[in-house]
Amino acid sequence: MVIPNLVGAGLIVIGGGIGLGQIGGKAMESIARQPEAAGKIQTAMIIIGALLEGLAFGALILGA
Amino acid sequence: MVAKKSIKFIAVLVLTLTSFVAHANGEENDHKGELVNTPGKIKEYIAHHLKDSHDFHLFTDNASGTHVSFPLPVIVWTKDGLKTFMSSEFHHDDEGKVIVEKNGTRLVKLHSKIYELEAGATSVIIDEETHHATNAHKVLDFSITKSVFGMLLTGLLMFLGFTALARGYKKGHTIPKGFARVLEPLVIYVRDDIAKPNIGEKKYRKFMGFLLTVFFFIWILNLLGLTPLGFNVTGQIAVTACLAIFTVVIYLVSGSKDFWAHTLWMPGVPYILRPILAVIELIGFVLIKPFSLLVRLFANMTAGHFVVMSLIALMITLKQDFGAFGSTGMSLVLALFISVIEILVAFLQAFIFTMLSSLFIGMAVEEHDDH
Repeated sequence: MVIPNLVGAGLIVIGGGIGLGQIGGKAMESIARQPEAAGKIQTAMIIIGALLEGLAFGALILGA
Repeated sequence: MVAKKSIKFIAVLVLTLTSFVAHANGEENDHKGELVNTPGKIKEYIAHHLKDSHDFHLFTDNASGTHVSFPLPVIVWTKDGLKTFMSSEFHHDDEGKVIVEKNGTRLVKLHSKIYELEAGATSVIIDEETHHATNAHKVLDFSITKSVFGMLLTGLLMFLGFTALARGYKKGHTIPKGFARVLEPLVIYVRDDIAKPNIGEKKYRKFMGFLLTVFFFIWILNLLGLTPLGFNVTGQIAVTACLAIFTVVIYLVSGSKDFWAHTLWMPGVPYILRPILAVIELIGFVLIKPFSLLVRLFANMTAGHFVVMSLIALMITLKQDFGAFGSTGMSLVLALFISVIEILVAFLQAFIFTMLSSLFIGMAVEEHDDH
């Protein structure tokens, strides 16, 4: 049985969404706890987000 | 003074909006001939926009059959040496039908690629199985294509902007004047928020040239991609791959003794594991890190262009249901919304690329004092 590419793309997006949700949620919590460190937290959040994005896009490109 | 500025602002706004509408009208004309394969045409239109091309094609008026475009120079290296001419000599042909003859060498353009016809051939024949031309061969193409033109334009803009900034400092101005006043905070932002924290106070100076160049190059190209001129330079995988290769070469060449020791013979782990770790680390630094860099930029920009083009194309697909005004208005609002988000993405991607480059460089140049 052949699984269509789009199912894989959907799975990748689900995984990426969970990851981004975790990063964003945790970053929000930490900014609320320590508003003075918001800048540093944001930078770290964007870096992790970018790494995750690279992973997901890599999978999407390889799959397509 | 204030009134003058606001008039300028409104003029720019009106110009941007009318170019949107001009884009839209070009679309509408495509629909005049009935019974066209609309989804197929839209796909073709988007694919055409995402690809590089030998001329600046703005739009085609199907009713009168006229093309509105600027030609760009074609520079090819054939068997008989260098040939140069303007791409207008192909007369917008992309099917390999118009033959340009230069001193006995016959050239045709097929799917944005230039082929040299062999003796006796009148048109390119493509083998169905291998997708290679049987009676023609590709030439070495050094043409100033749309992407190359975009990169040269960006280079020129950067040169003008930053020499103006440097001249200001030379004259002893503590506060830069004119457009340079916009550039100074960005330069300082790259230095203080990207280079210093990641590379370290002691060593960041050496890499500032590269980081600033890469940052402004990607940012200006991303912004150019949002204009209706239809640049898609950072969405070409070759361009992003080249930028990633620069980063790799820089961090591998400037890697410190500690970096190589930690990569090839990791201290503090059992001896059996060290060769395995060395292989993993090497693959990570030489292949995976640059791959993720290049794919991120490429995929983000391509996806952004794709979404904007699809939303513009929405006015054709929804014309039956909402009428001409309803579908145009809807796609205009949606395309404007996504375009505003794309302005943010344009900056974010330039920032991310520079950030990760400096992070990798920082990993490579770091020296450990504790062992």
